[in-house]
Amino acid sequence: MSKDRVSRRQFLSYTLTGVGGFMAAGILMPMVRFAVDPVLKAEAAGEFVATKQKVADLTNEPVRVDFTYKQKDAWYESDVTESAWVYKDDAGKIIALSPVCKHLGCTVNWGSDKAHPDQFFCPCHYGRYTKDGTNVPGTPPLAPLDVYPFKEKDGYLYLGKAKPRKEA
Amino acid sequence: MLNKLYDWVDERLDITPLWRDIADHEVPEHVNPAHHFSAFVYCFGGMTFFVTVIQILSGMFLTMYYVPDIKNAWESVYYLQNEVAFGKIVRGMHHWGASLVLVMMFLHTLRVFFQGAYKKPRELNWIVGVLIFFVMLGLGFTGYLLPWDMKALFATKVGLQIAESTPFIGSYVKVLLAGHEHIVGAQTLTRFFAIHVFFLPAVLFGLLAAHFIMIRKQGISGPL
Repeated sequence: MSKDRVSRRQFLSYTLTGVGGFMAAGILMPMVRFAVDPVLKAEAAGEFVATKQKVADLTNEPVRVDFTYKQKDAWYESDVTESAWVYKDDAGKIIALSPVCKHLGCTVNWGSDKAHPDQFFCPCHYGRYTKDGTNVPGTPPLAPLDVYPFKEKDGYLYLGKAKPRKEA
Repeated sequence: MLNKLYDWVDERLDITPLWRDIADHEVPEHVNPAHHFSAFVYCFGGMTFFVTVIQILSGMFLTMYYVPDIKNAWESVYYLQNEVAFGKIVRGMHHWGASLVLVMMFLHTLRVFFQGAYKKPRELNWIVGVLIFFVMLGLGFTGYLLPWDMKALFATKVGLQIAESTPFIGSYVKVLLAGHEHIVGAQTLTRFFAIHVFFLPAVLFGLLAAHFIMIRKQGISGPL
């Protein structure tokens, strides 16, 4: 037996703290895990959604392609329509850009600014992007437009989940 | 009758010291607008609390009709405002009061700042006051979404983007608030409702209690 015996007072305070700690953890753990569940929930793998756009019809000129998919927001399912700006670049490669402005999330249009007909333009704060989606320095956006991964199936364009690119 | 009832309870529980300690104390001359009219600047803290009480009461009554559900939230607000007697008044109190709290709090902060009332030994109370300020901003932010109209939705989208721009933890903060990585929807509304109605008010009560206890303990700062 060691010389430093645990006193009755110490023993009681250790056991009470331990038991109390277990009880507190037992109460708090389920609630905290409950609250942070959205952070830890694994995201469903990005599925490709069919559009009505024929790949063969794409040209050098960006066109707006609307597509609809079923969105599951917890217990609420709904059809959501999103759009993409799609064109073929000079090498014939398909580019599908998200229309969501990287400044504050408004919707950008192709060539709607008369002074810059060959750029994407956001009417909210006059943000501009070049044709490849790169933000024009000196305008509000700080990053290039997101890019949709795409697939071609039976001649139609399929789009995945838009992904952000590195800062220009 | 009431006196007898009071005496009956007081005889058993000795409640007089309780309320004496809270209510029965002298207001220093330099704080009394009856002596120096400029002392009205000392009212702003009390005005903030007064409007806060109105917010709590009107908010409690609003939840008798409001539902935090994306299909019904807007309809329930429309109904309580247009179909229920005094609905415009009760919702109006909560709507305008929300801004008024911030105005009063700001004036109160200015007074404390320019009078230097935050200095030793009252630094802790300044800190608690700043925390109250943040909680109030949080209440304003979460309450703004609840009517679930276009203005509310897009204000919240912008607000969530601001939260997301926090270094390192931004994306987690955003998901914790919105309840989903990409969607501002059903889970966002229920979360904001819970935060607005239960979590932040609970924090607020604790901070207010600390704020007031410290005032009583330290007294009002002296004249300039």
